[in-house]
Amino acid sequence: MAHSQTAEPTRRDFLYVATAGAGAVAAASAVWPLIDQMNPSAAVLALASTEIDISAVQPGQSITVLWRGKSTFIRRRTPEEIAASKEVNVADLIDPVARNANHEADAPATDANRAEKPEWLIVVGVCTHLGCIPLAFQGDYRGWLCPCHGSQYDTAGRVRVGPAPQNLDIPPYTFLSDTRVRIG
Amino acid sequence: MHGSTYVPKSGLSRWMDQRLPVMRLMHDTMLTFPTPRNLNIWYTFGGILTFCLAVQLVTGIVLSMHYTADTRFAFDSVEHIMRDVNYGWFLRYVHANGASMFFLAVYIHMFRGLYYGSYKAPREIIWILGVALYVLMMATAFLGYTLPWGQMSFWAATVITSLFSAIPLVGEPIVNWLWGGFSVDNPTLQRFFSLHYLLPFVIAAVVGLHIWALHVPGNNNPLGIDVKSPADTLPFHPYYTVKDLFYLVCFAIIMMAFVFYAPNFLGHPDNYQEGNPLVTPPHIVPEWYFLPFYAILRSIPDKLFGVIALFGAMATLVFVPWLDTSRVRSARFRPVYRQFFWILVADGILLGYVGAQPVDASLGGVIPLLYVGRLATFWYFAHFWIILPIIGIFETPKPVPDSIAKSVLHATPAE
Repeated sequence: MAHSQTAEPTRRDFLYVATAGAGAVAAASAVWPLIDQMNPSAAVLALASTEIDISAVQPGQSITVLWRGKSTFIRRRTPEEIAASKEVNVADLIDPVARNANHEADAPATDANRAEKPEWLIVVGVCTHLGCIPLAFQGDYRGWLCPCHGSQYDTAGRVRVGPAPQNLDIPPYTFLSDTRVRIG
Repeated sequence: MHGSTYVPKSGLSRWMDQRLPVMRLMHDTMLTFPTPRNLNIWYTFGGILTFCLAVQLVTGIVLSMHYTADTRFAFDSVEHIMRDVNYGWFLRYVHANGASMFFLAVYIHMFRGLYYGSYKAPREIIWILGVALYVLMMATAFLGYTLPWGQMSFWAATVITSLFSAIPLVGEPIVNWLWGGFSVDNPTLQRFFSLHYLLPFVIAAVVGLHIWALHVPGNNNPLGIDVKSPADTLPFHPYYTVKDLFYLVCFAIIMMAFVFYAPNFLGHPDNYQEGNPLVTPPHIVPEWYFLPFYAILRSIPDKLFGVIALFGAMATLVFVPWLDTSRVRSARFRPVYRQFFWILVADGILLGYVGAQPVDASLGGVIPLLYVGRLATFWYFAHFWIILPIIGIFETPKPVPDSIAKSVLHATPAE
């Protein structure tokens, strides 16, 4: 524009920039509610914790509960399963990080870091590949086998065979007593 | 574009023509449009696809009058449609099988374009709009498949939305945003229904652009040579309206054979079990039209790169007009390309077969299908990104005819 080469911006330039600026801000403010409405609602966020009675679970058994709509495994491990998990060298794992919400983000995936009480393993029962529910006590490591794409997890829920990239997530949980646990 | 030959015949049509010349548009595009005189059966699938879209829209709109998009009622409302609603079984089977037939037609239509070089200049935009339509169709079909809320619906929704969790850093927030929660649940179903209702109208709009773009250079044809004189063409009506309708009837017979005699042949029995977030079916597979892409996803042992390969396989199609370096369009005159074309068809079928099998299956108990899938995946990408550019440079095409009219007249016994 020829008049923009003059020393002073014209009134027209000012109106042009002001209108475009206000338009951009208005468009962004209008779009955000349209996008954010798809995020988890207050009702969904309110269901963030759940309490479970685990008194009936025997060693060598695993139960599945729902936490935030996700299948969550509570597995009472046998001494052999714990021993097998402890033998694993963390450096050899596909994912050497504990993925435990009760620990720091970079804690190594040792058995101790995966289970607060060695006997009880609590993991989110959702394959970290594409979200299928793995089958317990199957696969070469007798932990879990995902029927969808063949990922395998060991008795600490650590991924041992891909394509899953990460260990099964461990939700935040606290033992309220020896027989009750609160997840979330 | 050809000059308009429309002459309004009545006072009303003259009045209308000066204000909104919609009759002129219809006349010029659907009646007198000069169309190459040598179009074969494979050129009738554009019309068939328009019919498929119309069928899906009409059956879908009436099905939505009886369907309930709520996880508590969705599965039962589909059974209600099947058992109680007048002709509900018919409408639903037409809609479900219609989706499959839609994809059958679109695959034929796409391979037709690849065979006759219909994507080459000056038709690149037609092709790219077609790829966009194909992707929109896949999105719509996926969203629709989740609505009955059966086991396959639920787990298809979970697996496909989880593809986005492969995105570094923002993957998980994006997936929670798509779901409206921490797992596939009622918010997911409701938005999927809303979008499943929306997208077909977007498809209809893009179809409008696709046909508009087609009417600028006009149809390609099996010879792949340009129209040079009016002798090369026929008016669209009655020659191609009749031809399109004839093959549309043949297509509809096949479609109705599925609807009436094998309505569940292309579906999965698991989807007659209500969706259960605690149990994944032991062998989940997508609908047949997604199987090649599913095989590509599974053949890559890394999550992120598997997802990139899946979407890359679709995105590759956009670049085909520029990856094909040959000056000749039609495979009829491209002896080398023609062979690779059929290898690509076989590769697609092989990928589909691999995608349908369990992950740990093998060919005759010897060759693990995983390796077959990897080879076929490699071949798919190699075809477009390596083979297509190279053969265009090194292949010696056969001489192309001077004109469509000459070629057509020579094909008949000497007069």
